[in-house]
Amino acid sequence: MRSARNRELFALLPVALLLTAGFAAVFVQEGSRQLSNVSLVYGGYFLAICLATHLYLRVRLPNADPYLFPLMALLAAVGLVVIYRIDESLARDQANWFVLGLVLFALTIHFLRDYEVLERYRYLIATLGIALLLAPRLPGIGQQVNGAYLGVKIGPLAFQPAEFSKICLVIFLASYLREHREVLIVGARRVAGVTLPPLKHFGPLLVVWLASMLMLFYIRDLGSSLMFFAAFLALLYVATGRLSFVVIGMALFMVGAWFLANHVPHVEDRVDVWLDPYKNAQGTGYQVLQSIFAQADGGMFGQGFGQSLLYIPGSHPPIALLPAAQTDTIYALIVDELGLFGAAAVCLIYLLIAARGFKTAIIADDGFSKLLAAGLTAVFAIQAFVIVGGVTRVIPLTGVTLPLVSYGGSSIVANFVLLALLLLISDRARSHLAAAEIREPLPVPS
Amino acid sequence: MNAQIAKLYGLIVLMFAVLIGFTSYWSVFDAQALKQQRANKRPLLEQLQVKRGTIFADDGSLLALSTREGRGAGRFYTRHYPQGSLFGHPIGYSFLDRGQAGFERYHNDELVGNKSEFSSILEQLQGHRQQGDDIVTSLDPAAQRVALDGLAGRPGAVVAIEPRTGRVRALVSEPPYDPNQIPTDFAQLNRDPGSPLLDRATQSGYAPGSTFKVVTATAALDTGKLTPDSVINGSSPINIEGIPLSNSGGESFGPITLTDALTNSVNTVFAQVGEKVGTATMYRYMDRFGFNAKPQIDLPSDELAISGVYDNGHLLGPGDPIDIGRVAIGQERLFVTPLQMAEVAATVANGGKLMRPQIWNRVVDPDGRTVKSLKPAVQSTVMKPQTASELNGMMQNVVNDGTAAGVFPSSMHVAGKTGTAELGTGREGCDLPNQAWFIGFAPAEDPKIAVAATIECTSSFGAQVAGPIARSVMETILAEGG
Repeated sequence: MRSARNRELFALLPVALLLTAGFAAVFVQEGSRQLSNVSLVYGGYFLAICLATHLYLRVRLPNADPYLFPLMALLAAVGLVVIYRIDESLARDQANWFVLGLVLFALTIHFLRDYEVLERYRYLIATLGIALLLAPRLPGIGQQVNGAYLGVKIGPLAFQPAEFSKICLVIFLASYLREHREVLIVGARRVAGVTLPPLKHFGPLLVVWLASMLMLFYIRDLGSSLMFFAAFLALLYVATGRLSFVVIGMALFMVGAWFLANHVPHVEDRVDVWLDPYKNAQGTGYQVLQSIFAQADGGMFGQGFGQSLLYIPGSHPPIALLPAAQTDTIYALIVDELGLFGAAAVCLIYLLIAARGFKTAIIADDGFSKLLAAGLTAVFAIQAFVIVGGVTRVIPLTGVTLPLVSYGGSSIVANFVLLALLLLISDRARSHLAAAEIREPLPVPS
Repeated sequence: MNAQIAKLYGLIVLMFAVLIGFTSYWSVFDAQALKQQRANKRPLLEQLQVKRGTIFADDGSLLALSTREGRGAGRFYTRHYPQGSLFGHPIGYSFLDRGQAGFERYHNDELVGNKSEFSSILEQLQGHRQQGDDIVTSLDPAAQRVALDGLAGRPGAVVAIEPRTGRVRALVSEPPYDPNQIPTDFAQLNRDPGSPLLDRATQSGYAPGSTFKVVTATAALDTGKLTPDSVINGSSPINIEGIPLSNSGGESFGPITLTDALTNSVNTVFAQVGEKVGTATMYRYMDRFGFNAKPQIDLPSDELAISGVYDNGHLLGPGDPIDIGRVAIGQERLFVTPLQMAEVAATVANGGKLMRPQIWNRVVDPDGRTVKSLKPAVQSTVMKPQTASELNGMMQNVVNDGTAAGVFPSSMHVAGKTGTAELGTGREGCDLPNQAWFIGFAPAEDPKIAVAATIECTSSFGAQVAGPIARSVMETILAEGG
């Protein structure tokens, strides 16, 4: 399938052009007098790195989905331009993370060609995932940000373990559900008109529920536990086809979250603010209100790059008008500067990635591959939903990153590892498909 | 499992549709309401980032300008007023913490360059940063200075209008304030017992005294009820509405023409004229002059007072019980602004047509192109040219032989009317009895400038204290060639 890689190559060109144009637009708006060739240089670097990755894929995964990488590169390009507009030095960091992400992407592809080995280590991986999640509570290395425990700092290296643990947990769930899906379906009993899963096999899944409640309690982050639990329910549904399991799971989560919301102060605040941000407009409600005000300024077409106010002019030290613009509220900044249309375009990129990811899951021919592809895709899309939903007040605002767009090394690197896994699955599935097509041509309808 | 995966994708599409729905709600449908939220400082802060246009006087002097501080996205502009207190009224101010007032507030859209969303997108695509337009006013710094010096610290106001165009040449209120002090001293200025923030030219309602006889005479002459030569009994006192009314100093004139009655400001004559004309007709002419409605000058409507007859703060209409005889001589509960009286003088000067008074003259874009210029507009046709011409003559008599004799050199050809409202002592914040007025225009045969001047608290008469101020303002403007 040489044509798949050719399509990928052609798709990368507009991405690089877009990045170049984006940087140029930021230059123009910043009023820089020498519209130098810097934007071209950045665009060139970006294209070169993407081309190198493309060549690597051409050799290693010739049949993998041609659109996933360009779409993710596109998101990363949008992120780079917006972060560049916020702060040049942050953009430089982000570009380095981007390169590092691609290195890990290549390493993942190199070492996990036979990704079903992951199944063998599923309990180890699950333990690693949980350990990563709880690490921020460990004294000495854990860090609290805005009341939630999300960061870990070991020496000079700081990262957000939740970004990596989401991959671990999806791998575990895919493997576990692949093995137990039959019994979960067959063993189900109807009690009072509701289909209940067999307790014996459902035990480990209750553990997942308990884990996400513990997570909510320990790391106090509604956003990541929501994301994990939603991904879990999505996989459970894909594996069993039982909507009732999802409904029961959702109910359990609601009850647990409601209980914790009333007993864990940080979580309670987040929910109160979500319900009425105006009650404490200068305090706890400030961030979500300011992000909504920023969106109101954007209108249909946005104000253009560099036009959104991030700080109160003349304030020393600068008082943020849009707090955490490079991470949590980056979507609000996109709405402000690129308008409803720009923001909708970003949402559309996520949907296209989800479409390619689910397509991969559908054409994959073994259960583990299907569940893994579906799970990775779901967790990626749900993460985007959780943070965009928070910024637009669909759900309480929490501190997860907008995948590949927000500033942050962990997020970029973890998502490229996620992409590598998707491409590995895709390459195998599409190779099989192609082989099958050659062996037995499509049946002609009679 | 494929069916479930497809359904899951459907759900995710639905979830993202909700996101886009909420985004459109905040960014488009609810945007206007959000911009008006008190917690939302963005609209104000964004205006600070726009270079606000410069305001110029007629002679090119700078009245208000913005200077930049900071760079890039952190830039902001602050407003400066090089003329200090000379133009606090009527230019006003524009600051983040204290908001806006006066001309700055009224012309905000032009000064910040607000345009339709579509044209601002075009500008953005062309790489233009939003920038405000400049405004050239018709205000004359020399006249403004002379008027302020003439008031010499006595609370009062002066308004000078070009009769043929309505261009406002001077608008002065004493005590003045320096808009540069607004950010730091607002609270103090606001508490000051002298009320420097009050624009007495447009916001203070004063008893007009005998200057109002010009309005009464207009109604009588224009309706044909009287001519300048009509003879009326000018004895003193005479019962008006059952209560005896005296002339100034108790002087009794006997039968006297309307012209001579104006020349000598005979109260008893004009009170009878008012009764003869009647409330309805008096109101019709007052309305035409602009009384009983907000002035049409380019200042914020809520910073303008309505001239008319008031009862406990309520504007009275022709149907209310009013002693129209005493209204006719500027008494009763009649309160007028100096701006309104300047409009009365300007109307007579302009052959009976009241031009809409305007401070702005031209709007100039950042590239120096004139975007629009003032087209003088008739606000109302108050009286026939014939009536205006008769009044013009009668008002010349006032200056040549009457209550204002000796105030103006005969070479100036001034027509005018004095007024001295006797309000008595013991008023709040004032121990002196009179409100002194002069309204008039010059040169009478081809009027270039109409002026109203008033002093709040004085023991002197209108001709003595308000007349000289009007004279120096007229001299200054006429010396510049109109």
